Amino acid sequence: MPETIAFLEPKQSVLTRRDAIIEDLADLLPEGCLISEKRGLVPFETDAFIAYRQVPLAVALPETTAQVAAVLKYCSRYGIPVVPRGAGTSLSGGAIPQSDAVVIGLSKMSRILDIDFANRTATVQAGVTNINISEAVSADGFFYAPDPSSQLACTIGGNIGMNSGGAHCLKYGVTTNNLLGVKMVLFDGTIVDLGGKALDAPGYDLLGLVCGSEGQLGIVTEATVRLIAKPEGTRPVLFGFMSSEEAGSCVAEVIGSGIIPVAIEFMDKPAIGICEAFAQAGYPMDVEALLIVEVEGSEAEMEAMLASIIEIARRHAVATIRESQSATEAALIWKGRKSAFGATGRIADYICMDGTVPLSQLSYVLKKTSEIIDGYGLRVANVFHAGDGNMHPLILYNINDPEDAARAEAAGNDILRLCVDAGGCLTGEHGVGIEKRDLMLHQFTQVDLNQQMAARAAFDPQWIMNPSKVFPLEGRPAA
Amino acid sequence: MSIDFEPTSETDVADIVRHAAEAGTPLAIAGGGTRSGLGNQVQAEQRLSTRKLSGIVSYNPAEMTMSAKAGTPMAEIETALSENRQMLAFEPMDHRGVMGTRGEPSIGGVFAANVSGPRRIIAGAARDHLLGIRFVNGMGEAIKSGGRVMKNVTGLDLVKLLCGSHGTLGILTEVTFKVLPLPPAAATIVVFGLDDAQAAAAMAHALAMPVEVSGAAHLPDSVRYRFIGSSQPEGAATVLRLEGLEASVAVRAEKLKATFASVAPVTILDHKATETLWRDIRDVKPYADGTQKPLWRVSVAPSAGQQLVAALRLETGVDAFYDWQGGLIWLRMEADAEADLLRRYIKGLGGGHATLVRAADAVRAVTPAFEPEAPAVAALSARLKEKFDPKGIFNPGKMGW
Repeated sequence: MPETIAFLEPKQSVLTRRDAIIEDLADLLPEGCLISEKRGLVPFETDAFIAYRQVPLAVALPETTAQVAAVLKYCSRYGIPVVPRGAGTSLSGGAIPQSDAVVIGLSKMSRILDIDFANRTATVQAGVTNINISEAVSADGFFYAPDPSSQLACTIGGNIGMNSGGAHCLKYGVTTNNLLGVKMVLFDGTIVDLGGKALDAPGYDLLGLVCGSEGQLGIVTEATVRLIAKPEGTRPVLFGFMSSEEAGSCVAEVIGSGIIPVAIEFMDKPAIGICEAFAQAGYPMDVEALLIVEVEGSEAEMEAMLASIIEIARRHAVATIRESQSATEAALIWKGRKSAFGATGRIADYICMDGTVPLSQLSYVLKKTSEIIDGYGLRVANVFHAGDGNMHPLILYNINDPEDAARAEAAGNDILRLCVDAGGCLTGEHGVGIEKRDLMLHQFTQVDLNQQMAARAAFDPQWIMNPSKVFPLEGRPAA
Repeated sequence: MSIDFEPTSETDVADIVRHAAEAGTPLAIAGGGTRSGLGNQVQAEQRLSTRKLSGIVSYNPAEMTMSAKAGTPMAEIETALSENRQMLAFEPMDHRGVMGTRGEPSIGGVFAANVSGPRRIIAGAARDHLLGIRFVNGMGEAIKSGGRVMKNVTGLDLVKLLCGSHGTLGILTEVTFKVLPLPPAAATIVVFGLDDAQAAAAMAHALAMPVEVSGAAHLPDSVRYRFIGSSQPEGAATVLRLEGLEASVAVRAEKLKATFASVAPVTILDHKATETLWRDIRDVKPYADGTQKPLWRVSVAPSAGQQLVAALRLETGVDAFYDWQGGLIWLRMEADAEADLLRRYIKGLGGGHATLVRAADAVRAVTPAFEPEAPAVAALSARLKEKFDPKGIFNPGKMGW
């Protein structure tokens, strides 16, 4: 894999000025906020897409929006590439630096600035972790809805960069649906405020464009997000099936019947085995596919909803039904699911795909996915958000075997093309990053991409913001 | 203004735009034209309507998505949805009443203006339901963005940018959007006699409860009888909507009733009365009055809404009611539009924005319809406009450029 992903050629004009740049940056930042020694830079060489590493020129860890602005202003003056970074949990390489880049890490900006229960908003700095927001408001009966699996580590700034989702977005939506405003710094150091505590904003929906723009339009330093009242109760239920197809068609019928659970998660046999070994969540081991269906509300409401879901599941020959009997058991069921990527990482290297397909295509795409994987002689574990068609095949391979790695990459690309051809898209929540950049032309025409790049250029005419990502290196506008 | 172009295909649209761009001829862009009066007056010689780009392209109820050509009448879409017991959850308003327009609203117009109704507080705005678009940019190129799946972060989200851009960045030719099941049951809890400040507190309290309120509006005494008849208790009405399974709605309604019964008279409206009430709130019934009195749509933080109205009342003749937990205010001015006064107070109360929805032509000509943006944001928006419509031929002037 590593060899196959091209980055932009490092700018010699930047590399040769390295020492001067570091000196200048040191003047702009407080002590302890600039890393330039090799040993200190290594932790920033990659993210959760571990297939590629590159030590950056320097890492700035500003403490204020003004410092972010000062660094960006400086970098734009000298055309120095900038790579924004939250917690570095990107699965698509969104935070992987390049040798001529200054990484701007938001980890020191981790304060919660305002919690406003009357308006149900929280305003936080970009380096606050996703889980911190929910934890800060939990005692008062609220939560922040998007819940990516990496929520213990990942930051709200990174969530905005990637428009992150999670297991519960079937009901509550993804980041863009829960974001009301940001403070951000543009490439040249200009600070802008978009949105606020009102439910909409005047003019063009710049907030909507910024969310999910993978650090290419600017650096978000503060965010105002929506808080939601916690439901009275939640209950995940396990449904085991003897085939993935049955599970898939059960999902389609549940959704089609007008019931929208909070979450419907799917795991196939390999995924069940991996997660159970790690979390001892009590998953049934004798089934081919597992659905975790979560409902919420009062006791009576959950009973009513579950009764309908169980009836549908029975029509699809469900083999096992297990309701969680306690909060501990419910937490364990989710622990198993949310640790899927980590647990898989303990038994093999893997790449995680993120294509999304229309619900009616789920069964077909699952079947074709295993054919593709068999064809390459690889193994796959499927664990994904079935309710919204967002698939996560984990392709297992050995990172130290270049041939195996090449096969895994080829299989992954085939699977993503399959998703697009089935009416879906390359990425549902992980972002394009570098990983899927070169597949963009399978989903879009060059004319489509040109329009996106033109919009990008309205924000960053110099193309210094995370410049090697998202758009294929071929076909970019001339500098 | 008569219609000069009524293209029947995306290729036609592209051809017309290419020629207009070459000739530098500005185009006024509309769908059904029922909300063309939103925004500033457009300076254009020719008018293009998308109403003949019409028809549902695909609809799979089990996938909860629909694709339709931009000019498809809302009535056609609503009929298809209701046959399958589904709906547009963002509840777009019909502007014909307040704007005094005729004709058929189109789905493209709904998204071009990001029209969102009472359910916005729980289900999101139109922009949250739009999954994919096709549009023609100012160079006459046909562009696709987004798709037909619920989750999609592939590339920049031009879908959101175009939604609410009032035809100034591109001409929508096809839209793909999320649809949701119609709730089997609905009820409205009405709390009577609260003043605006008490109502704001009550609504905030209700939305902090785990009962999933799907509509929260306050109808002061001056408008209340336009919504709720005199058979009910007297005074202002604070209304809270619940939707969902029969059993859920009943349990939650009792919970809410018990919460407020100790402070004020409370009644519960049934499903049918609930549907009528919220359609009237959505369509701003009291101000669909056939007049040209200036009508503002103001969006602020919910807790600031009643403070804004209270401050304005000391200075000028104004009538108002509240949706979105108090954060959306429909303001009808008795005489002058009072744009400066209104916008000054909004700023003073923590920000938000005011849109002039209706006024006499003379007033519209001198009043910016949309809230002026901060200079750096306005500069960004202007650069975006230039990237989509370099010749400035789409709805010139509408959004301030």
